[in-house]
Amino acid sequence: MVQFILNTQTVQSEEPLGMTVLDFVRYHKHLRGTKIGCREGDCGACTIMVGSLVKGTMQYRSMTSCLMPLANAQGKHIVTIEGFNMEQLNPAQQALVNEGGTQCGFCTVGFIVSMTGYCMENAQATYDEAIAAIDGNICRCTGYKSIERACQQLVKSLQKKPTQKPIEWLVKKKYLPAYFTTIPKRIKTITASQAKPKTNSIAVAGGTDLYVQRPEDMVTAPANHVFNQNKLKTIYAKNGYVYIGAQATATDMLESSIMQTCFPKMDEYMKLVSSTPIRNMGTVAGNFVNASPIGDLTIFFLALNSEIILTLKNKERTILLKDFYKGYKKLSKKPTELIHWIRFKKPSKNHVFNFEKVCKRTHLDIASVNSAAHISTKGKTIKEAHISIGGVGPIPTYLNKTSSFLIDKKLTPALISEAHKILNSEISPISDARGSADYKRLLARQLFFAHFITLFPSTFSLQQLVVESA
Amino acid sequence: MKKRKATHIPTMKNIDSHSHVRGESIYVDDIPERQGTLHAAVLMASIAHGKIVSINYTKAQKKEGVVRIITSKDIPGENQIGGIIPDEPLFAINDIHFQGQPIALVLATTESIAREALHDINISYKERPAIVDPIEAFKKGHLHIPSRTFKLGNTTNAWKKCTHIIEGKADTDGQEHLYLETQGAYAYPVENGHITITSSTQGPTALQRTAAKVLDIPMHKIEVDVRRLGGGFGGKEDQATAWGVMAALGATVCKCPVKLILHRMDDMKMTGKRNPYRSTYKIGLDKQLNILAYEADFYQNAGAAADLSPAILERTLFHCNNAYYIPHVTARAHSCITNIPPNTAFRGFGGPQGMFVIEAAIAKAARQLGVKSRDIQKQNLLENGHVFPYGQKVEECQAKPTWSALEKKQSLKKIQNNIDQYNATEKHYKKGLALMPICFGISFTNTPMNHARALVHIYQDGSIGISTAAVEMGQGVNTKMVQVAAKTLSVDAARIKIESTNTTRVANTSPSAASSTADLNGKAVEMACQALRTRLLNVAAKSLAAKPATVTLQEEVVYTNNKKTKIHWEDLVQLAFLARVSLTENAHYATPKIHFDKSKEKGHPFAYHVYGTAAFVVTVDCIRGTYEFDAVDVVHDFGTSMNRIIDLGQMEGGLVQGIGWMTMEELLYNKDGRLLSNALSTYKIPDIYSVPKEINVTFLNTDGNDMAIFRSKAVGEPPLLYGIGAYFALLDAIQQFNPAFEPEIYHAPLTPEKVLMGLYG
Repeated sequence: MVQFILNTQTVQSEEPLGMTVLDFVRYHKHLRGTKIGCREGDCGACTIMVGSLVKGTMQYRSMTSCLMPLANAQGKHIVTIEGFNMEQLNPAQQALVNEGGTQCGFCTVGFIVSMTGYCMENAQATYDEAIAAIDGNICRCTGYKSIERACQQLVKSLQKKPTQKPIEWLVKKKYLPAYFTTIPKRIKTITASQAKPKTNSIAVAGGTDLYVQRPEDMVTAPANHVFNQNKLKTIYAKNGYVYIGAQATATDMLESSIMQTCFPKMDEYMKLVSSTPIRNMGTVAGNFVNASPIGDLTIFFLALNSEIILTLKNKERTILLKDFYKGYKKLSKKPTELIHWIRFKKPSKNHVFNFEKVCKRTHLDIASVNSAAHISTKGKTIKEAHISIGGVGPIPTYLNKTSSFLIDKKLTPALISEAHKILNSEISPISDARGSADYKRLLARQLFFAHFITLFPSTFSLQQLVVESA
Repeated sequence: MKKRKATHIPTMKNIDSHSHVRGESIYVDDIPERQGTLHAAVLMASIAHGKIVSINYTKAQKKEGVVRIITSKDIPGENQIGGIIPDEPLFAINDIHFQGQPIALVLATTESIAREALHDINISYKERPAIVDPIEAFKKGHLHIPSRTFKLGNTTNAWKKCTHIIEGKADTDGQEHLYLETQGAYAYPVENGHITITSSTQGPTALQRTAAKVLDIPMHKIEVDVRRLGGGFGGKEDQATAWGVMAALGATVCKCPVKLILHRMDDMKMTGKRNPYRSTYKIGLDKQLNILAYEADFYQNAGAAADLSPAILERTLFHCNNAYYIPHVTARAHSCITNIPPNTAFRGFGGPQGMFVIEAAIAKAARQLGVKSRDIQKQNLLENGHVFPYGQKVEECQAKPTWSALEKKQSLKKIQNNIDQYNATEKHYKKGLALMPICFGISFTNTPMNHARALVHIYQDGSIGISTAAVEMGQGVNTKMVQVAAKTLSVDAARIKIESTNTTRVANTSPSAASSTADLNGKAVEMACQALRTRLLNVAAKSLAAKPATVTLQEEVVYTNNKKTKIHWEDLVQLAFLARVSLTENAHYATPKIHFDKSKEKGHPFAYHVYGTAAFVVTVDCIRGTYEFDAVDVVHDFGTSMNRIIDLGQMEGGLVQGIGWMTMEELLYNKDGRLLSNALSTYKIPDIYSVPKEINVTFLNTDGNDMAIFRSKAVGEPPLLYGIGAYFALLDAIQQFNPAFEPEIYHAPLTPEKVLMGLYG
């Protein structure tokens, strides 16, 4: 059984815990404002807001209901468009109407939910962040310009919003219906704990991959729903290591002050990973376990030479992430063994890090090739190097030979050119929908160069590297 | 309802916006299900070409919840849905011609049961080699219709006068419509063997006619109702028909309501897209860069059935010269049969595919001659008095006015200087510039389709209900219909409701397509409202004992000799009602003047043309091969726009769709005819970050044209054509980094892959 607040109503349901929230709200609760565009989290037409009680106040995140199992709604406040509607239009709705930001209307609800959801953030509203909030919403009619203008209007209207606990202000100013102020009290009466997992069940976290790959059998498949294990969502530093809970989402990482300190460009990197609603759902462990050769987070952590801590019946073991992958979608893991933590050594002052990703569409797309580099130097000499690359082989690849070749060598264009030759021998791209093998090989070179051009701009230029390797 | 003012607001908001932003607009899948509704799933072929050896339905039939599996054997009438040519079965019997071809329909108590049952059906095939390349098909003589040729002057003689002759190849890939609402229909039986079909279709009559043929019943037994579409773009002009017919067949066989909504991946696998084209060309210029002669062969990849491809092919020929005057033209077009799903209408309807080729020819010529493309483009723009290759005279031409307005507005020289400076100093990024003039003919090229009707009821309380043939799919046509009626009747727009598009209220309709929906239906609404207005004014004149000529209606009030009377709109309607005067009018509009003789390939097929010019500036990341469009500036001939919000929305949306086609939207089939980019995760359309940072649209003030409703020119398709400029701006930027780069074939889209390969090729 699952219990949560759906808009204004507390609901209980005996429907399968693997049913998507989308099907539940549309076909069981007859709330047909939430639309079905793709059922793979790629269009945002089914976007809902999911509220959790965090330190006494409600924190709302956008999620795509097509990939969200009902189990993950346990103890949450689920808001569909019907839960935002008031007698008069709210300022997000009004702005979109004013600017002609709705044509066929099918994607519109998703945009409105994301935009209204953005109003609830505990931060000063900015245009860039308002746009980021709708980065998971696809529109085929408008060309987005009218929607951008609507966001400008909306942000302007929010300038006096308090940055802490804004709900009351939003209710007073008619952004939200009044019932939102009663939710924290009501949500406390619902337990957040999940049903006990069945034996031999598959672990389901955010669902962002499983529900794309196996949408039909996930509905009734025996599952261990782990997404709401709050203790495994934390990110902390201890004894020179940074620890990341398996259930931390990409958003959790993006917002973590520890991660931001370690990686000043964290925000830039993470915004290349999928879209806001998917980042709100997809977990670090989920990304590792689905074993996609182009998993962005996997590539990121491979270059940090991360370790993972796995648990099976209270027995823990720690292995290097790069040793986790044994072949295409083959893992060094027993079926019911679960990742609990990821850890990596906190970078020193001498370390630099860079993450690169190229796809057909810069945002909300899967990489053709992605790569990360983590390098420490002393003077002009490389002391430590870890380079990872995805999309060029059956597994997310840690470039063992290339990385070790660089150690104790001087940073020169000739060195990078030599290293590139080694890289070339370590990859084996194939042609598919994400690009031809030739392209991926060229792109691998370019991203390898990009690391050095970005990290050591005074030492390397594109032209030098290209000429050197010609 | 009193104290209202008549409204004719050129910035009236889309009348659907309010319910759209609240999620209260109803699409097919939102209609509450009737009791006993069955859900359908389509069994499709998994090979592209061959024969079905055997199918075993036994396991699926026994599955709990499966009610019936419908095949071609259950069809009472013809197993045929072809629109132009009867060459497309509803369900394959033995022969398979494309992957995704429907074979059967599973009906079950829930959608998931129906879908699961598909896995329980075993099919064995005898596979044959598939053809996916149109030129290969052409060489084997596999054509849907005989090839067609448009001729002007005499190219054979003209080559002798040319100083420069350039030959080349240009290909464009297809484009998935990606309407956010997938295809679907809901059909239910009503008494006496009648069927009602609610469908997401641009062509209600096509569905009605085809369903009647398949079910072997007269058309009057089928009612097709369309409230709105969650996007169409041409993809639901002809290709919504199959799903509506299947639902109706299911409803007839099982005598209960049947709902069929396609899953996205199934929709992408089964439905046709913009036709890919491969083309060869030869262009000849004189010393002054005048284009003297142009020859082209267009090989259209039509797919396994003709669908609308023959008509699309024709429009490729109509637009083969884009906005340029070329005295000698020979353009041949071939509709090639291949083993991919039958391709179909998509905004521009073959026009963009033809225009890409002339732009490629100009770009290649410019490069060989060491001039800018825009030097050639500008030199050859159409002017009044010129003639199109199909014999229509160029009139009210806005090619040069839009070009020079753009030059003036943006100071092209300054833009070019800034780009040159940037490129000289910046090593990792390069900018490119391209201009794209357009010319697009408005009317269905098939003259008999240019008609529409409107049915206007004034109810006795003064409120108004209007039915037309127009289908609302986001283009704002219903809002424009409200504007037409409000202005013609001098009433407040709030009094007017636009009804669903329904074949029992407006029959024998043309599809909402060809950019002409607002013109055709708007004219019909205007005629109906004018008749009602005249009738009402006569009633007023009688009541006031005034001469009809002295009576007018202004902002809902009757005037005599320009003096206000006490008769308000509602009083007037009451007077008419009590006088037993009809408050209903039906009007029929057929576009005058147009004609076309296919035996000569000459005539006057278009009511008018739409013109414009756009400038694209793009920045390419030369390390990664990725790119961003800095700005697109457009000067467009809207005529006198009757709704700037809606027209701007069409402009921005069409432009971005065109850019998508030219850049990231890559439709990949493998050699076995399998679609590789078959989901939103592999087929990428523009997101909010990939649109140009700026789109600046200037409304060129022109008189418009009498044949455009309120002289506000058609705006649906033309903006997409600008997108072609994106390709050439990118090409310019690549060549700034790698001057040696010259593509062997100009081949769109220019994905980040092709850009990177070009930068280092």
